[in-house]
Amino acid sequence: MRKVTIITSVALMLGLAVGVQPAATQSSDFDPPRLSNGTPDFNGIWQVLNTANYDIEPHSARPAMQLREGPHSMLPDVPVLALGAVGAVPGSMGVIKGGGRIPYTTEARALKEENQAHWVERDPEIKCYMPGVPRATYLPFPFQIFQNDSSVFIAYEFAGAVRDIYLQDVGPAETDSWMGQSVGRWEGDTLVVEVTGQSEQTWLDRAGSHHTNQLVVTERYTMTSANHIHYEATMEDPNVFTEAWTVSMPIYRRIEDGARLMDFKCVEFVEELLFGEFRRTPLPR
Amino acid sequence: MRRHQFATVVLSLALVMAVTPSAQDIPRTSSGQPDLSGTYDTATLTPLQRPEAFGDRLTLSEEEAAAVAQGEPIALAAAFGIPEERNIESAPPREVPPVGGDGSTGAAGAVGGYNTFWMDRGTSAFQINGQWRTSIITDPSNGRRPSFTPETQARMAERAAFFRPNSGTAWWLTENGRNLEAPGPYDDPEIRPLAERCLLGFGSTSGPPMLPVLYNNLKRIVQTEDHVMILVEMVHDARIVRMNQEHEAPELRSWLGDSVGHWEGDTLVVDTTNFTEAPALSGASSNLHVVERFTRVDANSLLYQFTVDDPTVWTAPWSGEYIWPATTDRVYEYACHEANYSFRGILGGARILEQDVRDGR
Repeated sequence: MRKVTIITSVALMLGLAVGVQPAATQSSDFDPPRLSNGTPDFNGIWQVLNTANYDIEPHSARPAMQLREGPHSMLPDVPVLALGAVGAVPGSMGVIKGGGRIPYTTEARALKEENQAHWVERDPEIKCYMPGVPRATYLPFPFQIFQNDSSVFIAYEFAGAVRDIYLQDVGPAETDSWMGQSVGRWEGDTLVVEVTGQSEQTWLDRAGSHHTNQLVVTERYTMTSANHIHYEATMEDPNVFTEAWTVSMPIYRRIEDGARLMDFKCVEFVEELLFGEFRRTPLPR
Repeated sequence: MRRHQFATVVLSLALVMAVTPSAQDIPRTSSGQPDLSGTYDTATLTPLQRPEAFGDRLTLSEEEAAAVAQGEPIALAAAFGIPEERNIESAPPREVPPVGGDGSTGAAGAVGGYNTFWMDRGTSAFQINGQWRTSIITDPSNGRRPSFTPETQARMAERAAFFRPNSGTAWWLTENGRNLEAPGPYDDPEIRPLAERCLLGFGSTSGPPMLPVLYNNLKRIVQTEDHVMILVEMVHDARIVRMNQEHEAPELRSWLGDSVGHWEGDTLVVDTTNFTEAPALSGASSNLHVVERFTRVDANSLLYQFTVDDPTVWTAPWSGEYIWPATTDRVYEYACHEANYSFRGILGGARILEQDVRDGR
């Protein structure tokens, strides 16, 4: 009895902390709204509500995204010190299915930690670069799915990134790109999207998680209610991972009146960061 | 006179018939609207503005259209001003460009940027109702934009004098006697063209109005019941048209403006306002108002029509139209900002030129 209570409590905490869907709802007893061709209708504006973009692995809250040794504990590193509590990292049970950490090789784990220690210089999010997949899904910005009988297209607010999800075989990606090549298919009511050809320059979170251009991401989108999608993304990359691993999270419909993607052309917001030193009269930096 | 009127009526009828295809000829959505979804290549050799030699003549003869497709300078030179000598390979015996550039501007070069291999302006003029066109602009009847207002003329002249082709020297420090404090065109990122900053494509490719440019002219449309998404290839800008909605509050401004749409018969009408101070359309202001009309001509093409109104900039509204042929090409990612190394070079190069002046070189 006590054991059951503990398990229930842990499950409840998991659910509350990271919004993990109970397994029962993933197999979707829900009969989704459908397009005229019978496929589930994913049209709408969606957003994840978790802290995966900070760090997809389980972690306690910490003072900052980039840390340095202090006399008694780790402290915010100089470039992020001024942000105070705003720059702190909230804790999370992680979003990796089955728990645990990313199965990096030893070398790849070391690079992840080095990336994290140099977060300010290295994270492509800071420079407003297109986020890649799956990070685009769990950035703290909405995205909009446009779907009809022959097309599925996703527009992301962050950096105005886009993905055209081809619903037919288009062959291997002809070149690497920031958002990769997405090819989708239906498995029952689940939209399965295989993403290849992603540039190794994108990251998976603000904690330095990286990959190479051999990354294959297999996403699964399943509606579990009119306003929820259960999302999973399985990562395979033999250059850096010892085995396949999966992130899992709900995506929520933005249901408020007037919800829409706003302009977030962050390119202009990072010009001072990237080009300020080349001004005729540079500002204090 | 009467004959002329009759001809006009016939022509009008023909135009109406051309843009009002019979219901069974075009793909439709399950709800019965024309289905605009697809990928389109908007490149055309017909220029936005009609070469002045054509006067009020809207159409090209078959012979003239063939000449345009052969690369005769009728449309090319007028539309893009690209010198003939650029049509060469970037390989020996081509020599290095002269110091300071060859005087040409834009993506075509100055210091030999792109040769014609990289340009994709299409292979012919476009046809509407079987007639080859001399210009995209149809109103005014001379196929040319109306005059700028005097204030805009002054503003544009000032810009042209300031943002001149690179001469390889920091002319702004020496032009009116040596003045090391004189402002220059490369002082700050914010004063550079939007395309150079990777904020928007150049030449109103994103629009609205969406106009053909030197390359990367694909448009991808995904139409749903309540939205029409138009992806602009250059800078991967997704224009999101909200159907049957009101415009945003005036304080909400965006780079591509706020677009709302509705159906008038089989034509999608898109109304766009709420621009920033610098819309993609050259010269336009935040008062810009664009109405676009998308009509399926047949299974393989759209007729794209637009009217531009910005009374603070132009002395009259102006309108145009051209055909968007469907293509089986896919839109590749246009990652501009992610590799904008040249922007550092542009600003940093100016700092070096200024140092040359200070050092008396």
